[in-house]
Amino acid sequence: MSAEPAPPPLGGTIEEKLYSVQYRHDKQSHISITHGDTCLERCGEEWGRPCTTFCPAKVYEWDGEKIAISYENCVECTSCLLGCPYRVIDWRLPRGGYGVHYRFG
Amino acid sequence: MDTERFDAIVVGAGPAGSAAALTMARAGLSVVLFERGEYPGAKNVMGGVMYGRMLGDVVGEAAAQAPMERRIVEERLWMATPSSAVSVGYRSAAHGAHTPDGAAGSAAPNAFTVLRAQFDRWFAARAEAAGALLITGTTVEDVIRRDGRVVGVRAGREGGDVYGDVVVICDGVNSFLAQKAGLQRRPVEPSEMALAVKEIIGLPREVINERFAVSDEEGVTIEVYGSVTQGMAGYGFIYTNRESLSVGIGALISHLMRTKITPYALLDGFKQHPLVARLITGGQPQEYSAHAIPEGGYEAMPNLFGDGVLIAGDAAMMVNGLHREGSNLAMTAGRLAGETVIEAKRRGDLSAAALAGYRDRLEQSFVLADLRKYRALPALADRRPELMAIYPQLVNEAVEEMLTVDGLSKRAKQKKIWRRLRAQRSLWQIMKDGYAGWKAIR
Repeated sequence: MSAEPAPPPLGGTIEEKLYSVQYRHDKQSHISITHGDTCLERCGEEWGRPCTTFCPAKVYEWDGEKIAISYENCVECTSCLLGCPYRVIDWRLPRGGYGVHYRFG
Repeated sequence: MDTERFDAIVVGAGPAGSAAALTMARAGLSVVLFERGEYPGAKNVMGGVMYGRMLGDVVGEAAAQAPMERRIVEERLWMATPSSAVSVGYRSAAHGAHTPDGAAGSAAPNAFTVLRAQFDRWFAARAEAAGALLITGTTVEDVIRRDGRVVGVRAGREGGDVYGDVVVICDGVNSFLAQKAGLQRRPVEPSEMALAVKEIIGLPREVINERFAVSDEEGVTIEVYGSVTQGMAGYGFIYTNRESLSVGIGALISHLMRTKITPYALLDGFKQHPLVARLITGGQPQEYSAHAIPEGGYEAMPNLFGDGVLIAGDAAMMVNGLHREGSNLAMTAGRLAGETVIEAKRRGDLSAAALAGYRDRLEQSFVLADLRKYRALPALADRRPELMAIYPQLVNEAVEEMLTVDGLSKRAKQKKIWRRLRAQRSLWQIMKDGYAGWKAIR
């Protein structure tokens, strides 16, 4: 074994990681926010909008006014069903056959 | 399909669902098995370790043909600091070769790694071969109830109402159908759910063999506790596949919400740990994945049966986090659900009272026995994540002290270690921590 290991593979960005995931994209989103005013008025102050950090596929981003949803990134881990402190994320199962499509899993 | 009736409808072709479907189909019941992925496994992720005995209990000798990556001959546990780890492990020439003699599953090794996209497809195909009708690419959106009794499911396609004598819910973690069927007793808390992320990192077979000191079919598991979870309750893992490593890490969602550490940064930090980096260096990332893992245990389980309905697997919180077991609980529960339905059908009674036998069967198996044994652990992990950082750190310091040959007498070293321990934790605290830990796993 060499003394100095080479840098580990893909310490890279989440964008690079998501590039390795296969999807079949639906035209319609399976995710919406039911009460956007909660994200604006309460969550920023009380919780720091955790969906923007715990989501492993960076689906949720704060654009200054609202949570922008990149539903096509979603890997259907279902964490946001519990991780939204106010449970205002309306996440549904993608329509049959759509969404993430793991080759290894 | 809209007018068709089945003896049983199974939702979800994972380990629980395929086990249930196979068990019932083999007994001559008409079974439909719904899967929302384009193929079974397309939506499914786990670290990667599966168990031969429980697979054999379902498929018999065919277990030997399962698409295994490597059979586990060595298991390691690391307690890590940012720059070191105390490692304990078990390796034996015979370990992992076979399940104990006489078991139906003796054709398969005790434990082996799998890639779920391949394994689940194979497992569902066994259910199909037994006569179950597998329908993929179809999301089941609701259960159909009549007079409070579940009588079918509503699938997300035209003419999607399908009726059956019983519905077995195996739709996975955060089960929508558990709610719709009225089985969920209360909302699940973020402290009862972990999120794990993983990468498949490709490496040539010979490189894996050399780095882990194994031959082609042999594999190693490493679980890593301590600093790698950055103060959150959870652990990292490295599992060997034939020509890749499954490298991942998970933490409770309640802790991710609080710390604002992103799961991918957590994974990158884990991969950059000096001991981990050496094992994965030169590898090619092939697939990133993420999934929630039900960690609430016994206290967070839904009702396991109702009128015309049963629930099994992740959908029913059947995960033993301490022992990284889940697929084996799911398979066993799926099989027992199937056996319960077979018996209930024979007696012509599928009421909740008749299906209550499912719970009895689970009680008599390791599934509920183990979940009950560790029922206090999830709450402890949520409340006291610092224990998973403090003690690995102290153990590393103690071992380093004892292994550093610097002229200090061993007795003096023991005193030094003891002083360092006492500086961080009072004797009373240590006893309290020990008692809390013991109580949670006794």
